[in-house]
Amino acid sequence: MKPAPFDYVAPRSLDEAVAALAEGGTDAKLLAGGQSLIPLLNFRLARPALLVDLNRVAELAYVRPRNRGTAIGAMTRQATIERDRALSEKQPLLAEAIRWVGHAAIRSRGTIGGSLAHADPAAELPAVAVCLDAQLGVVGPRGRRTVSADDFFVGYLSTALLSDEILVETWLPPLKPRTGQAWLEFARRHGDFALAGVAVSLSLEDEMVADARIVLTGVGGKPVRAREAETLLVGGSVHERASAAAEAARSAIDPDADIHATKEYRAHLAGVLTERAILLAHERSLSRAPAALDVRRALEGMSRHA
Amino acid sequence: MPERRQPINLEVNGRTYQRSVEPRLLLSDFLRHELRLTGTHVGCEHGVCGACTVLVDQQPTRSCLMLAIQADGASITTVEGLADGQLLHPIQQAFWDAHGLQCGFCTSGMLITTVALLRDHPRPSDREIREALSGNLCRCTGYQNVVRAVRLAAERMDAASP
Repeated sequence: MKPAPFDYVAPRSLDEAVAALAEGGTDAKLLAGGQSLIPLLNFRLARPALLVDLNRVAELAYVRPRNRGTAIGAMTRQATIERDRALSEKQPLLAEAIRWVGHAAIRSRGTIGGSLAHADPAAELPAVAVCLDAQLGVVGPRGRRTVSADDFFVGYLSTALLSDEILVETWLPPLKPRTGQAWLEFARRHGDFALAGVAVSLSLEDEMVADARIVLTGVGGKPVRAREAETLLVGGSVHERASAAAEAARSAIDPDADIHATKEYRAHLAGVLTERAILLAHERSLSRAPAALDVRRALEGMSRHA
Repeated sequence: MPERRQPINLEVNGRTYQRSVEPRLLLSDFLRHELRLTGTHVGCEHGVCGACTVLVDQQPTRSCLMLAIQADGASITTVEGLADGQLLHPIQQAFWDAHGLQCGFCTSGMLITTVALLRDHPRPSDREIREALSGNLCRCTGYQNVVRAVRLAAERMDAASP
């Protein structure tokens, strides 16, 4: 298994990258961390004529505050995000989920932008981006535009990116006060693709849920928002409604079967994880403890019950 | 299609190399075929087995999921860079003492992964050890002795550190 021949350029700036991609046309492919693209090249499932390597574009690797939220450059490594303590306090869901992305050696190279643009239906970061209402910055020959994560994921491995556009930034809005979040996932082996995973973010006002986002991964062609479940939670008491919300999420999905799990198992698992994640997010919204502190407990809970 | 070779400069196990490579050459094949450093093993070639793990600028990296040309300017450590002459690295010695291998095919990746783990977490719990090694497949040992070896290495290295 070796890649078919290709031409290779490693631009040093975003402008050069946009120009190189435009010149390469539809036979050109962007290379970010390479943890999904290089396997495809090795299998020769992808045979681009030109690779435009973004790894030397230093201006795309950053984490910085902006408009009260956080802007993360597309070429920021997953390992960098994982180690960023200040970021994990501001965005606990991202911090909790990123540890589930592949293995440590994958996260050393893998980037946030690469994971979002690849849009694997069982990946963590697309679901996290939708749950957090991320705004994605996209640059192409016609300039810059912003796409909300909700609109970015179109279907299986496909996004709203046009062939000459580059995803350059993920902007995460600040968390509302009294927000609790949780990421739960089950995989056969830590680091494997999820059989199912769920991101939950709840914000409370006067002990009632004012805002809820629930997004599942691994159960459809793209991240699946459990809108009916979200609606059920808003305005109510979490303990009374968590179970109904999880049931709404479960019945709204139609997962595929594969060698690892049947359709029914996946749907059941998604429902169980959703209920637990709702309760965990709620608990955290009350205690306002950073999610990272609860990760171990959540994991141990998973292995006990799952 | 024309595929131009491009020059790269990199450091591997403290030694500097200059080579000219095809862009499609994987770092794993570069290490093995061009530099004849065959301690880095190639298992699945799509990032699942972990046998080809090396340190790139101190970070554990799948060398089959990186192009050699991308390593221009990088500093790389392979399993050949661990021992000090005839003296095994403490992690290698612990794998030997705890029987953390049978056929040895996966071992170089296990060792490199453990180097990074113990640098960042000198006293890992068994859960952390298992999670860190989850990206390294071994088809012989059943992992029990691998985990023991990492624990033994951690204890020895922690006791030896000032």
